[in-house]
Amino acid sequence: MIAELGHFALVLGFIVSLLQTVVPMIGAAKRWPGWMRFSEPGANALFLLTAFSFAALTYAFVMSDFSVKLVWLNSHTDKPMLYKITGVWGNHEGSMLLWVLILTLFGAMAAWFGGGLPPTLKARILAVQGSITAAFIAFVLFTSNPFLRLDPAPLNGQDLNPLLQDPGLAFHPPFLYLGYVGLSMAFSFAVAALIEGRVDAAWGRWVRPWTLAAWVFLTVGIGLGSWWAYYELGWGGFWFWDPVENASFMPWLLAVALLHSSVVVEKRESLKSWTILLAIIAFGFSLLGAFITRSGIITSVHAFATDPERGVFLLLILGVFTGGALILYALRARVMEAKGVFGMVSRESALVLNNILLAVSAFIVFIGTMWPLFSEMFFDRKLSVGAPWFNASFTPLMILLGLALPLGAILPWKRGKLGRVAGKLKIAFVLAVAVGALTFAVQGDRSALGPVGLFLGAWLIAGAATDLLSRGRKGEKLARLGRLPRADWGKSVAHAGLGVTMMGISGLLAWEQEDIRVMVDGDSLELAGYTVRLDSVEEVQGPNYISTQATLTLLRSGAVISELTPEKRVYPVAGMPTTEAAIDIGFLRDIYIVIGDAQEGGGWAVRTYYKPLANWIWGGAILMALGGALSLSDRRYRVSVGARRRSEMSGGRVPAE
Amino acid sequence: MKRIVFLLVFLAAPLWAVQPDEVLNDPELEARARELSQDLRCLVCRNENIDDSNAELARDLRLLVRERLVAGDSDSEVIDFVVSRYGEYVLLTPRRGGSNIILYYAGPAMFIFALLAAGLYLRSRSSSRTVGREDLSEEEQAQLDEIMKD
Repeated sequence: MIAELGHFALVLGFIVSLLQTVVPMIGAAKRWPGWMRFSEPGANALFLLTAFSFAALTYAFVMSDFSVKLVWLNSHTDKPMLYKITGVWGNHEGSMLLWVLILTLFGAMAAWFGGGLPPTLKARILAVQGSITAAFIAFVLFTSNPFLRLDPAPLNGQDLNPLLQDPGLAFHPPFLYLGYVGLSMAFSFAVAALIEGRVDAAWGRWVRPWTLAAWVFLTVGIGLGSWWAYYELGWGGFWFWDPVENASFMPWLLAVALLHSSVVVEKRESLKSWTILLAIIAFGFSLLGAFITRSGIITSVHAFATDPERGVFLLLILGVFTGGALILYALRARVMEAKGVFGMVSRESALVLNNILLAVSAFIVFIGTMWPLFSEMFFDRKLSVGAPWFNASFTPLMILLGLALPLGAILPWKRGKLGRVAGKLKIAFVLAVAVGALTFAVQGDRSALGPVGLFLGAWLIAGAATDLLSRGRKGEKLARLGRLPRADWGKSVAHAGLGVTMMGISGLLAWEQEDIRVMVDGDSLELAGYTVRLDSVEEVQGPNYISTQATLTLLRSGAVISELTPEKRVYPVAGMPTTEAAIDIGFLRDIYIVIGDAQEGGGWAVRTYYKPLANWIWGGAILMALGGALSLSDRRYRVSVGARRRSEMSGGRVPAE
Repeated sequence: MKRIVFLLVFLAAPLWAVQPDEVLNDPELEARARELSQDLRCLVCRNENIDDSNAELARDLRLLVRERLVAGDSDSEVIDFVVSRYGEYVLLTPRRGGSNIILYYAGPAMFIFALLAAGLYLRSRSSSRTVGREDLSEEEQAQLDEIMKD
């Protein structure tokens, strides 16, 4: 019964979303205030209906109602409660419902906090958001209905994929969706502005918090996914340039570009047309990501998610929204002329360079991801594009970005002098070179990866610190730091976070060491100055799995550092094995141990890795997200505050009636 | 969700990546084998190199590479041998010839194009004389200033 109500709510939501698309749009065109105001209750109703629908599905999972096919496929009575709930989105249908829920949440938030927007713009934004919602609800209802029943109801379920029964992965998808879908707000703002025919500094300010929020969520989502891959997949890889990963990385890169170009719109009323284009493309890549992931078109080697009907539907959504917006852009982009005048050496130019580097990086990831498909389609040449290609093509751009960033971040608006900026950054540069040189001297081999990576990281971190310190007049610098706007702090924290991540990646890739061997109880091995001793291996019974658990002791110069217990689990219901690596986490290094199969001649395969600076990769991601959150909390972006003051001033009336 | 596909691949064959019994005694040859493995894909997996893969087929390929190395092949001979058997698909770094020039040069071409376009744009901005917000009415300008004040 509850499931049917959920289904019904979603159908109602579909009807409301259609109205939401049409009514405010007509209202804005005709300047009918009543029709425009429809958008607010419309957005709220949409959110409530999809929230109810989502709650109904969650209820079915929590209650283990196996008469619902989706629950039967993805749940089991023995599963811990946490994973019964996360199982709701651990599958295609449920995750699409979550996607729709987030779409409507963003729409509702625009209605709640968008008081400062001009009524016509607001109505149009909500209408565009409504049209996206309509498309995705239709997708769920017609191709991926989560509420289908089974008759008779099975007694127990087939269990969620055991690898998804993990906190890191459980929360990875919701964050990613918040990011993907958050970019839909930037898209709606862009399309609404095109229809409106006006983009000004205020538009830049309004669109920024949404982009910022989407980017923060994407950062957290990608970071969680990468961290999960690191500890769960059994050899400590953190990024694979897999098409599905790239699908989330391209929108991330474009969101970074969009964040920076919208600053130029806000502060200098330039780059408007480019920013609008970027907003359209960024959401287009989110949709492309959904298409790549769900259609199985690129992952055809293992036909798992392949469903032509879904693929075609998503391609249609992608084509209609991106294509439509681009046509609109081609028709209307002329009206957005740039206002600001600035010199070749200026913050504006630096941000243009930032956008070039990020957009070209995204383009390279795009080409590499799609090339196997294009090549097979057009040249009948079946090939692969893998990590080595991506590393070789992508890294140079990131090095350029890292080199230029501290300079650009500190350049003044309008017109700057490179000499003055270089003077300010002298200490930071010397420090970074010292770090690089020291690294080269210590590492003992001739590879450039480690020293260059650590130099860049130090340069970014020191540059970010210099940026903060240079804000005040001499003598009162430190006192002023606390009073700087949070957006300034956010900027420096995020830039330093990028530096930390760069250090982590290059350190890990440059100096990782591994040891693979067969061990019996009591054996020990030496790796990178550490001693690892295998004490015992035993069978352990978990709640819904059976585990082979090894106990190892990690020592350094005779002193015990920790006891590690890597496991190999088998989930009988799903019939799947998983590896649970044991990691001794340290600030400068991780020791990562995996237990393998029993060997024929006795003993166990044990793989031990020494992973320097591993945690810096995610530490940097956390800093980046934190920087974004700090900026988001800056009072300048609390849209509603500005809104209240403005409506007092203008009496809250609707203009141009 | 997005990982599920990825995961199934790992689980298809519950074997291990590089096994202790595969490792060559000669550390120099083993290092070369590892280097080569980075560029060879596991044919039944998704974008995974044979070192990281748990699949049976990847193990066969790892053994094949080591066999050729022990027999005295050079790195490029090993690669050529593997490609002749399994096709270009097995390489993670595609070869540069033929239609792949698009893959290799699209990125750099785009970069140069973007730099040129940006250069032209910046030049027009630095010499432009249009200042002011002529398309805003006074009232709108006042509203805008109010919004941008804090």
